[in-house]
Amino acid sequence: MNAPAFNRREFTAGLGAIIVAFSLDPKLARGQERLPGSLQNNRRLDGWIRINADGSATIFTGKVELGQGILTALAQIAAEELDLPLSRVKMISGDTGQTPNEGQTAGSQSIENSGTALRMAGAEVRAILIDLAAKRLGVPADQLTLADGMIAAPDGRKVGYGDLNPDLNREASAKAAPKPAAAHVILGRSISRFDIPAKVTGGAAYVQDMRLPGMLHGRVIRPPRYGSKLDSVDEAAARAMPGVVAVVRDGSFLGVVAEREEQAIGARAALLKSAKWTLGPQLPDPARLFEVIKSLPSKDATIGLKQGPLPENARTFEAVYTKPYMAHASIGPSCSVAEFKDGKMTVWTHSQGVFPLRAELAKALKMPAASLRCVHVEGSGCYGHNGADDVALDAALLARALPGRPVRLQWMRDDEFGWEPYGPAMVMRAKAALGGDGKIADWDYEVWSNSHSTRPQSTDGTNVLAAWYLAEPQKMGPPTSPPQPAGGGDRNAIPLYDFPRQQVIHHFVQDMPIRVSALRTLGGYANVFALESFMDELAAAAGVDPVAFRLAHLSDPRARAVIEAVAKKAGWTPGEKGDGARGRGIGFAKYKNLACYVAVVAEVEVDRGSGMVRVPRATAAVDAGLIINPDGLTSQIEGGIVQSVSWTLKEEVRFDQSGILARDWASYPILTMPEAPEVEVELINRPNERPLGAGEGSQGPAVAAVVNAFANATGKRIRDLPLNPARVKAALG
Amino acid sequence: MHKGLDAAPATAQNKTGLKKSGAAGSAQAGGAWETPGMAISLKVNGVNRSVPAEPDTPLLYVLRNDLELNGAKFGCGLAQCGACTVLIDGKAVRSCVTPISAVTTSEITTIEGLGSLEKPHALQRAFIEEQAAQCGYCTNGMIMSAKELLDRNPRPSEPDVRAALAGNLCRCGTHNRIIRAVLRAAQANGRT
Repeated sequence: MNAPAFNRREFTAGLGAIIVAFSLDPKLARGQERLPGSLQNNRRLDGWIRINADGSATIFTGKVELGQGILTALAQIAAEELDLPLSRVKMISGDTGQTPNEGQTAGSQSIENSGTALRMAGAEVRAILIDLAAKRLGVPADQLTLADGMIAAPDGRKVGYGDLNPDLNREASAKAAPKPAAAHVILGRSISRFDIPAKVTGGAAYVQDMRLPGMLHGRVIRPPRYGSKLDSVDEAAARAMPGVVAVVRDGSFLGVVAEREEQAIGARAALLKSAKWTLGPQLPDPARLFEVIKSLPSKDATIGLKQGPLPENARTFEAVYTKPYMAHASIGPSCSVAEFKDGKMTVWTHSQGVFPLRAELAKALKMPAASLRCVHVEGSGCYGHNGADDVALDAALLARALPGRPVRLQWMRDDEFGWEPYGPAMVMRAKAALGGDGKIADWDYEVWSNSHSTRPQSTDGTNVLAAWYLAEPQKMGPPTSPPQPAGGGDRNAIPLYDFPRQQVIHHFVQDMPIRVSALRTLGGYANVFALESFMDELAAAAGVDPVAFRLAHLSDPRARAVIEAVAKKAGWTPGEKGDGARGRGIGFAKYKNLACYVAVVAEVEVDRGSGMVRVPRATAAVDAGLIINPDGLTSQIEGGIVQSVSWTLKEEVRFDQSGILARDWASYPILTMPEAPEVEVELINRPNERPLGAGEGSQGPAVAAVVNAFANATGKRIRDLPLNPARVKAALG
Repeated sequence: MHKGLDAAPATAQNKTGLKKSGAAGSAQAGGAWETPGMAISLKVNGVNRSVPAEPDTPLLYVLRNDLELNGAKFGCGLAQCGACTVLIDGKAVRSCVTPISAVTTSEITTIEGLGSLEKPHALQRAFIEEQAAQCGYCTNGMIMSAKELLDRNPRPSEPDVRAALAGNLCRCGTHNRIIRAVLRAAQANGRT
């Protein structure tokens, strides 16, 4: 329903005017009132909602569809407040020429930021419409009824939203109250996602499916490893190949453009073969990786400090946990279409942030941002910062060499695995003291990690891959870490438990021997893995059931409720023990200590001979506040658990000192269909709480539940991920 | 979202499964067709098509770029992930490693040949009903592998479905919904 019917001519014709309108957007004046969600930085009502002449509404959001169903959920929010059926709401998302700038679509924040903005803006537009209708119909506002884009007086006279032609070119006040939960008719329902029908029938659903008139196909040629310099390459031979239109070289950036896709792929292979490189620095020795990470200079911050008396006669415990580099591993390699025409560059991209990307492209291409337009079109799921932004610059560099000819560039499988920024490897060291009462008296935790966001605009410099390889190379600025309470490498490092005394230290390591950035949950997955593993180890030492042990340290009622709900749903028996091959475990977190509460019980089966671990089923309980779309929420939680099981059992980006070894699905296997756990999800709706994002809520609890189930099954604790056969066999002796 | 995509061909495709205009439409519009004069005939979704491609060209690129069929996806080019799956004479095959010269006498079926938005196949309908997609990039391969399964085993068990889809990778964690959708389609077929 949301396919805009514009053709390309309209598309480009509107560009200049729209950009001007947005560049005139008044800068935030000092002393302005704080507005909720993304209204704060995008304060004009018509930046979010426009009422069309036919009474329908066009909704603008800076957040983008990544397969998480966000556009359906946001449409539900807007339609609810505007009293419009979903069929009369059209979504426009992620377009530097049209939509609000909401930064990245990341961190499970779209419902909270964009959803809140649309909820408040929708309520305000509805109030404006009612006010206009009251005047037009000469009837008090409280006697009017709204339905299907019409406002009716008690005597039956009606006026349409479109006829009221509201002036929305004004600053939002956020003073109109959104509907109470009891009045919701669209919110809280499992509305089918708008994007799925096209995806199952071969409709044009992805940037990969774009076909523009005269479009050419590009490919890029990457060096053997980071920081290498291109000495020579036989460009002439590649140019002589059938269909090749251009070989584009700028320093050590090398690409090729051909009439046909297979011709571009063939020419890429030839160029790869003839290219001679001066190799960049060696990678670390993988056998010493965690020592290396801990030995690099770090910026240290103490977070979550609780001063209390030192316990007496306490038993002390210590454990070290590690997590390897993990890949986003999108099923479809990253893709972009770029067109350079009349001095303007248009880039169609599945980037998570079209505005930050535009800023980066402007630097890399040395073009004014006003001459660049980035338009989001869905791609394969990204799960964080994959190759989306990088391939957009690659495509733009190729398109710039061929003005007037759109260039479609999809990375090859080895481009994606070899060059995407991975989720960082991490080390977590936990120490605790157990008091005579069987409760934790002191907690001392340290985490070592690289940055979890080297996204466009996350630092100074230019954060897109090809920029670093140009003849005049640009550099990435020093990596940064998002501050607490959300945190980066220290996300979820502060326990939600009520310990009387605690210290958490975040060692933020800036040097990146291997390229890293945001992977779903940032540090949350690793910290919840360590923290919740250690909780189970301490529970065992105290001789207390893991569920009871958690509850004994937890006062937050919503946290307690999900743990109690999952224990009940899974039929948890206090003190239940595995039988050597099967066992169950629990894991819990409040994502970011700010968002949804999730508890997971997982079951494992261990084949002691082969060392294979299987997770046949997992059960989850979730509290994400007010539920917008129950099935959408369930789907996000299910997906997060299955992905987390894949990370936990299988995933590790292998490398040696010569370079990255993960190049395809054989060298980076993920969970397959026969291995996927069955998942049951219980939702706890909180209609009077604000809605919370949940796309990243279940991964941490799921890894904890699996490793705790392994320990429960076998009596052996594995503290290094993944739980692959070699490690399992070593643990079981 | 179809934003930014050329709306006209997408609509035509959804209605008919195949675009009616000449094979190399978009490239000719660009005015720079440079491939050799040879053409290879293929039968795709019941229609004979002539494509100007070298015999060793993987079928995937011909389907996507010459015949403008979006369904089959490039995932790996190595027959490892299954996103490019099509049916060749009823058998699920990885089109990314299948040269067109090998299928000139075959019946090639893509997901567009199963059904459309207006008249979805039982599998397509079941995937919508079960909301069995997140990003959906793997969905084509899942449906085509499931089609082969249901053709040879109309009432599969859940383990049968899992085994039949073992070579199709999903990254979003939609596995359970995909399995439920295939079982639902089997039931729907059983009723009709």
